[in-house]
Amino acid sequence: MTIGTPKIALRNLHKRFGEKRVLTGVDMDVAAGESIVVIGGSGSGKSVLIKNIMGLLQPDEGSIRIDGEEVVGMGTSERERVMRKFGMLFQGAGLFDSLPVWENVAFGLIQAQGMARDEAKTIAHEKMAQVGLGEEIGVLSPAELSGGMKKRVGLARAIAMEPEIIFFDEPTTGLDPIMGDIINELIIDCVKELGATALTITHDMASARKIGDRIAMLFGGKIIWDGPVAEIERANNPYVEQFINGLAEGPIEAATA
Amino acid sequence: MPILAPIGRVFLAFLEATGRLGRFAITGVSHCARPPFFPRLIGHQMVEIGYYSLPVVGLTAIFTGMVLALQSYTGFARFNAESAIAAVVVLSITRELGPVLAGLMVAGRIGAAMAAEIGTMRVTEQIDALTTLSTNPFKYLVAPRLIAGTLMLPCLVVVADIIGVFGGYLISVYKLGFNPNTYLKLTWDFLEPLDVISGLVKASVFGFLVALMGCYHGYHSKGGAQGVGLATTNAVVSASILILAFNYIITTLFFGT
Ligand SMILES: Nc1ncnc2c1ncn2[C@@H]1O[C@H](COP(=O)(O)OP(=O)(O)O)[C@@H](O)[C@H]1O
Ligand SMILES: [Mg+2]
Repeated sequence: MTIGTPKIALRNLHKRFGEKRVLTGVDMDVAAGESIVVIGGSGSGKSVLIKNIMGLLQPDEGSIRIDGEEVVGMGTSERERVMRKFGMLFQGAGLFDSLPVWENVAFGLIQAQGMARDEAKTIAHEKMAQVGLGEEIGVLSPAELSGGMKKRVGLARAIAMEPEIIFFDEPTTGLDPIMGDIINELIIDCVKELGATALTITHDMASARKIGDRIAMLFGGKIIWDGPVAEIERANNPYVEQFINGLAEGPIEAATA
Repeated sequence: MPILAPIGRVFLAFLEATGRLGRFAITGVSHCARPPFFPRLIGHQMVEIGYYSLPVVGLTAIFTGMVLALQSYTGFARFNAESAIAAVVVLSITRELGPVLAGLMVAGRIGAAMAAEIGTMRVTEQIDALTTLSTNPFKYLVAPRLIAGTLMLPCLVVVADIIGVFGGYLISVYKLGFNPNTYLKLTWDFLEPLDVISGLVKASVFGFLVALMGCYHGYHSKGGAQGVGLATTNAVVSASILILAFNYIITTLFFGT
């Protein structure tokens, strides 16, 4: 299925904090243009996985290739070049609360690309319109926004620089089901429009089924199952079955999740 | 042996912390010297540190100058009180109390605010967001604060020196009944350029230390609101101790035999 160089290729990725082993050998390939969803319980290391791929954390061991290029151990300026391929929607949106909404969306354009503020503002308004936000929202401070609006602004900021790869960290967590579905739709539209590769992490199965072409399950620091969305019902893996059906009984002990 | 092991562990932890702080400081300073610069952010921090600290530093200085005059009068009343008091006030203020008290007040006001702001940005993923938008947090957050702290504290100390001497003048003239012109002339005669210069050098170092500790503890804070609170406390306490320690060192360098 993966023809040509994968957009993201992880091999034997390890990460621990002190004595706590979070990732213990993750292997994963993501093809260009594919939308993959990584599922796993709270604290299973999903965010740590994304932060390693993006270079916000350094893995202890293993290899990360972006477009075939090894990024582990890369120098700062090289790293910044690779970073320009990425966009990310953070779990809590991660908006800069010292700046108004439009400057949040335009931040990368102004700071990283050196675009004039007026021009960046026009583009910011376009991106905001794309996620259903009017220009009047632009002057508000992030503190004045509801959870769903923050996610929209975070999404607009993530797509503003037209990244090749977008990461979504629990995009629907903390939203009501309807708002969650609206965000899902927006994510699908934005990714399609950009033709980007998407890596989403979530524990919301409805969202996973909707956004993903493929689902991978992270458990015990490894990917224990990986396959097309349609096949997850027939995964024949007791861990996956327990997780997607949300059962208390099963091989995953609550204490470790 | 069982006693030595814990001592060794504490010592190693101390060395590690010092190394980490040293690396942080060097990275921060190196970003102060390399473009791109953020004049808007530097200006904002300068106003925050310089202008808004004026009331608190001014009040500290005037009461200190007043109490110095009063206390020295009790001690010197039998001798040549007038000239002794003028000397004690102007030398204590410019050499020691101006920079140290301004440094401590700014540590409480600014160091705490920096740690809280940067710490909140850390735990709400705003610092990660900066990095993903190709903006180095050292350049965007740390360097402007270091520059503003180093430049603005000397300005505050000039003001504190003048107000402190004025406080001593008020007490000497209106309470102790000295001749105002003689008092001012004596003050001027006792004052050597080196007194003021050493005080301003101290102020620069203290301003740097306050900003450094605020940024360092904020940057490394973790674990939600509690972690940010801890970072704030640590920033103020460590900056205060460093100010007192460096005050001794710089005094030795300028006036030590
Ligand atoms: N910077 C860090 N320092 C120490 N421990 C961390 C750090 N980041 C994450 N962890 C730990 O790693 C584990 C996985 O965290 P995370 O990836 O955030 O989980 P989730 O799957 O819910 O996103 C957690 O136990 C967390 O405490
Ligand atoms: Mg997470």
